[in-house]
Amino acid sequence: MITLNSYLAVTAILFALGLYNVMTRKNAVGLLMGVELILNAASINFVAFSHFNGNHVGGNVFSLFLIVLAAAEAAVALAIVVSLYKQYGTINADEADSLKG
Amino acid sequence: MPDLKDIAFLGISAFTLASAAGVAFSRKVLYSAFSLLGTLAGAAGLFILLSSDFIAVTQILIYVGGILILIVFAVMLTNKIGDVKLTNQVVNYKAAVPLAAAVAIFLVSTLTSGVWVEKDAPYASMVVPIGNALLKEYLLPFEIVSIVLLGALVGSMVIVRREVK
Repeated sequence: MITLNSYLAVTAILFALGLYNVMTRKNAVGLLMGVELILNAASINFVAFSHFNGNHVGGNVFSLFLIVLAAAEAAVALAIVVSLYKQYGTINADEADSLKG
Repeated sequence: MPDLKDIAFLGISAFTLASAAGVAFSRKVLYSAFSLLGTLAGAAGLFILLSSDFIAVTQILIYVGGILILIVFAVMLTNKIGDVKLTNQVVNYKAAVPLAAAVAIFLVSTLTSGVWVEKDAPYASMVVPIGNALLKEYLLPFEIVSIVLLGALVGSMVIVRREVK
C-alpha cells in the first residue's frame, strides 16, 4: 500500500543524493545539477502533501512556482558559468578565487 | 497481490533514484546531465501518480525541454569535447559520504515514523483548480514571478554579452 510515507522516503533519498552532489563537485555545472535534484525532491514533497490532503491545490501551485523559479535560477547560473569560463578558462568552483574567500 | 498503482510507484521511484545516483556518482559531467534526464522524467511520473497532471506536463516542458537543454549547452560550451580527463571531479569525499548518509537516514526515519492524517484523494484533473487558484488567491505571486522571470532573462543576457566599448 502506497502512502504519504513512501513518497517522503523516496524524496528524502533524492534530497540526500543532491546534497552529496553539491558537497563533492568541483565543476560548477555539476553543482547546479545537485541543486536541481534538491529542488525536485522539495517539489515532489509539496505535491505529495497536497495530494494526500484531498488534492488540495496549494501544493500544486507552490510546486509550479518552484519549477518556474528553478528555470530562472538555471538561466542566470549558466550565464555566470559561461562568463566564468571566458574569464578564467575553467569552471572549477575552487579556482575562481579572485575574492580570496 | 499488489495493485498496479503500487507496482508503478515502485518502478518509477526506483528509476528516479537510480538515475539520481547516476547524476551524483558519474565521473563525467555530460553523463551526469543525461542521467538528470531520467531523474526529471521519473519525477514527472511521480507527479502523475499523485494526480497532478498539470505539474507533470510543466515539469517535462520546463525542466526537460528548457533547463536540461541549457545545462547540456553549458557543458558543451565549457569543456573541450574529446578531453579525456575527468570532467566532474569529486572532492571532500570523506566528509560528504557520512554527512549525506546521516541526513538520508535521519530524514527517512523521522518522516516515516510520523503518523500523517491522510484524507482520501480521488484521481481528478488539477488543471481547472490550478487555473482558478492562479488567477484568484495566487494572483500577486503569479505576477511577481513574471517580473522575476523578466529580470532573470535580462540579467543573464547582460552577464554573457560582450563588452561594448
